[in-house]
Amino acid sequence: MDKKRREVLKAGGGMTLLMLLAAAGWLRPGDVRAADWNKAAFDTKTMDETMKALGGGTPVPSNDIAFFSTPDIAENGAVVPIGITSKVPKTESIAILVEKNPNMLAATFDIPAGTEPSLSTRIKMGQTSNVYALVKADGKYYVASKEIKVTLGGCGG
Amino acid sequence: MKDMHPRKLAAGVVVAVLGVTIGVALAQTSTVDEIAKYREALQDGNPAELWEARGEEMWTKPRGPKQVSFARCDLGMGPGVVKGAYAHLPRYFADARRVMDLETRLVWCMVNEQGMSEADATKTTFGGPGRRSDIEALAAYVSGQSRGVKIDVALDEPHVRDMYQLGEKMFFFRGGTHDFACATCHGDDGKRIRLQDLPNLTTVEGARKAYSTWPAYRVSQGELRTFQWRLNDCFRQQRFPDLVFGSDASIALTAYLAGRANGASFDAPAIKR
Amino acid sequence: MADPMKIRANVVGDSTEVKVLMNHEMETGQRKDAQGKIIPGWFIQNVKVTHNDKVVLDAQWGPAVAKNPFLSFKFKGGAKGEKVRITWTDNRNDTRTDEATIA
Repeated sequence: MDKKRREVLKAGGGMTLLMLLAAAGWLRPGDVRAADWNKAAFDTKTMDETMKALGGGTPVPSNDIAFFSTPDIAENGAVVPIGITSKVPKTESIAILVEKNPNMLAATFDIPAGTEPSLSTRIKMGQTSNVYALVKADGKYYVASKEIKVTLGGCGG
Repeated sequence: MKDMHPRKLAAGVVVAVLGVTIGVALAQTSTVDEIAKYREALQDGNPAELWEARGEEMWTKPRGPKQVSFARCDLGMGPGVVKGAYAHLPRYFADARRVMDLETRLVWCMVNEQGMSEADATKTTFGGPGRRSDIEALAAYVSGQSRGVKIDVALDEPHVRDMYQLGEKMFFFRGGTHDFACATCHGDDGKRIRLQDLPNLTTVEGARKAYSTWPAYRVSQGELRTFQWRLNDCFRQQRFPDLVFGSDASIALTAYLAGRANGASFDAPAIKR
Repeated sequence: MADPMKIRANVVGDSTEVKVLMNHEMETGQRKDAQGKIIPGWFIQNVKVTHNDKVVLDAQWGPAVAKNPFLSFKFKGGAKGEKVRITWTDNRNDTRTDEATIA
């Protein structure tokens, strides 16, 4: 617990410093943007690593998270439609993770109050894999998963 | 007695094969249903719209050495008229003394009105990463302006009729290293390449469904593809010689398929796997 | 410069539904070209959607978001004629902002 707390504090402290530097005009816009993009999280290869990079513990499986307009089979892995709705109260963010992609985290969406915790987008999948919908709500993490099969396309028209 | 064995064996094999076929068919049905869901999910938000928007902007902007827009480009409905134009193509153009499809006509306008060289106008007929095709963007825009319009190719016009008949011959003409014709893949119901159903273009329904949904955003390529591209890639798969962009051969095949699709409501640019 | 986005924003009940298509290669950085050289990663990293200067969605993307990205979501409120503004920034620091009027 203590270790986790230290990490959070460290991350929080780092952010503040970056923001101070930005405010003082010592950083170019690109550097500030880099701080807005969680490189560590996007580099992860396992759920544990991702959760660590996001600063959370093991997510709790939840039936309040549902996939919609998400097919069981993707005709082409280059474009896989994913829709996620969270009914977990106080949902703050929704993330999409693909277990067997080279890097697990595909996208995160911060959901401010007033925005519905429901969205759809399209991702790439290298192969058949479990896809996770990771929801942060009231500071805790919840998860639901779905296997999506990826077929290889031939000629079509 | 001796010759009974093979027959018995054969009967056994037939039963076994039948069993396997039914099992496979059931599995395929659910797969086909799921793929239909996948295609359905893609309908909302077709990136072809990005090409349409780019093409629309291009249509009104001065281009080429003469700095002339497409406002004077006659697609058959009068100078600059785009609405419904694609649904009537290919058609005969007296000024060019040729039957032309949309892509060929666009090139003609670039050369004859905007002053571009033929080589410049056809430099990027099909786009790829880092090389965008103006023709694909323009074709997306123009064809999108025929959405909901009934396809009506003037088969009673003698030049168009000639091209239609030539296209029909080509469709059934077998050649190349594989002794293939278009009809080899597209002449019967229920043909597939792996999971992809191949339309039977010799039936009116098959031709209508296929022709009314090109151009299309190809998910596998992340590109908007024109009908010229569709034919070109079929030729490649048939191991035919390269189909020259805008050639009479390409226009004849287009005239044949468009003519077969007459009466269908045009519904493109579409999105396909 | 990057091409414009295609944004649709429509009032649905007491919410505004936003649908956007973006022009972007979303190159993963994992693919090789014909010469066997790695094609460098090139992808949108941040997407921010605002309505009346209030952030209604703030996303971080990796290269696993599909080429020519699509995104759809809803936020409470929003009236016809008001603007929705979307900005993306990619890993090459290229950025693009577009606006749509709520219909």
